[in-house]
Amino acid sequence: MDTTKPYPLINPLECKSCGRCVDACPKKVLEIGTELNARGYLPVVYKGEGCIGCASCFYTCPEPHALEVHIPKKG
Amino acid sequence: MEEKIIRTQGIYSEFPRKGPSAAPAATHYCPGCGHGIIHKLIAEALADFGIQDKTVMISPVGCAVFAYYYFDAGNIQVAHGRAPAVATGVSRARDCVVISYQGDGDLASIGLNETLQAANRGEKIAVFFVNNTVYGMTGGQMAPTTLIGEKTITCPDGRDPLTQGYPTHMCELISTLKAPVFVERVAVSDIKNIRNARRAIRKAIEIQAEGKGYTFVEILSPCPTNLGKNAVANNEWINTEMVKEFPLGNYRDRTAEAEHVERTTSDFSTESLEKLFELDSIAAPIEHKDPNFKESQVKIAGFGGQGVLSLGTMLTQAAQAVGKQVSWYPSYGPEQRGGTSNCSVIISNDRIGSPVVYHPDLLVAMNRPSLEKFQNDVKPGGIIMYDAIIGDVELPKGVKGVAVPAQDLAIQAGNPRGANTIMLGVMLGLGLTGLPEEAFQTALAANFAKKPKLIPMNLEVLAFAQKWVKENVK
Ligand code: SF4
Ligand code: SF4
Repeated sequence: MDTTKPYPLINPLECKSCGRCVDACPKKVLEIGTELNARGYLPVVYKGEGCIGCASCFYTCPEPHALEVHIPKKG
Repeated sequence: MEEKIIRTQGIYSEFPRKGPSAAPAATHYCPGCGHGIIHKLIAEALADFGIQDKTVMISPVGCAVFAYYYFDAGNIQVAHGRAPAVATGVSRARDCVVISYQGDGDLASIGLNETLQAANRGEKIAVFFVNNTVYGMTGGQMAPTTLIGEKTITCPDGRDPLTQGYPTHMCELISTLKAPVFVERVAVSDIKNIRNARRAIRKAIEIQAEGKGYTFVEILSPCPTNLGKNAVANNEWINTEMVKEFPLGNYRDRTAEAEHVERTTSDFSTESLEKLFELDSIAAPIEHKDPNFKESQVKIAGFGGQGVLSLGTMLTQAAQAVGKQVSWYPSYGPEQRGGTSNCSVIISNDRIGSPVVYHPDLLVAMNRPSLEKFQNDVKPGGIIMYDAIIGDVELPKGVKGVAVPAQDLAIQAGNPRGANTIMLGVMLGLGLTGLPEEAFQTALAANFAKKPKLIPMNLEVLAFAQKWVKENVK
């Protein structure tokens, strides 16, 4: 994953796989993963590129600590 | 590389109050529930404005009952529908930001009255009303906001307005009131709506930080579990169905004109209350050791307007004048509107437990209905004073009756409105309450303190009644 570009950081333990972020992402770079977490949910995963750092996924996510968006500062 | 990180603020990093969990920072809410989104928006605003430490969240009954697990702010969890009352108390007692977070069952059903009253008083509260059209916590029963035709477990064929009424429109109701500063309906069904909700929530909290008054933000929110839809389908349903019944938009914005609300503080000190009820002029009861003094239980009854209650207060004042323990207890009821009214007075050397008089030593009956109502309650050996105008009476055995032509005597004494003072004078003349003459005179002076002209006139009536007793009662 290219961390010089914006990216979402998902906490797989706290994600409840509701799919809201997948639906909200304008770039469609999130998807429901295939690996069950400790609580039996399939947490969301980032496809690895294409994020523009709009934070739509963050604001639509109901879980306070499941997802954050990192945006590198220029310069 | 340096990064800007967009993450949750104002919410604890873990939720230990929830108890042990495989995911210590996951909420108790269902996947896709709107509460978490709204929590994040509110908490972010509190953190951004730096007011977490001066904010009190009121947690409701409903799914958000555990809001205090999450918000890093002050918190009170309250009874169902009572958030506006508690919020009112907190906001009036302290200089702080008060947030009342409530669902549709809590706010629009059991709490509707309090909601409207608090809004109407313009309390300094930010109400966030989460409308998902069902009672979530208890398993999806019909709520005041359930849409027409929407199926819930208590309206399995869909809400029928003929039997269950129509959905309640809270923003519309609240915006009929004058006091609210800001009323808006938003949704968290898609990112555009969420950003708009974020703006409205921040605005409401800003208005609170400025102390400008009542704000109400209704948030259309998904409940995927009870609506039987996945999170995305629930969002679509909000955007297509729910907004038809509950149009999004601003219903009130007086932010620009509204000013900081300053209320005068109430003085509940003992001194001010005593002044208000004119108790400051009364001497405290003193200890009486007189073994011959007998406690008196008196019932005074008559038509409203015959001075029944004030005869009771005059007797009370007479007892106070000599430092006795005394209670005065009026009966309130429809009687006061022109029928019979009554009051009970107890005079004692000792502290009085209950002011209720079931079996009086003395009954003063100003009219026949009162006599008939209470005469059988009088203690054996007790006395009934009644207005002679009543005519022939049949009193119970073992009690003594004194027919006092109170109305006539009052007229003769030059004060047609003084029948009650006549009765007081007869009581004194008969020595019924064991109180001295000066006590009765002091009582009259106290009773008419606001109309001093009436004092000498009533003192004459009192003397006239005593004279009548001497000449007429054996
Ligand atoms: S920040 Fe925007 S673009 Fe990036 S993953 Fe989230 S929603 Fe998609
Ligand atoms: S919105 Fe949050 S909880 Fe739902 S799938 Fe995305 S990261 Fe997981």
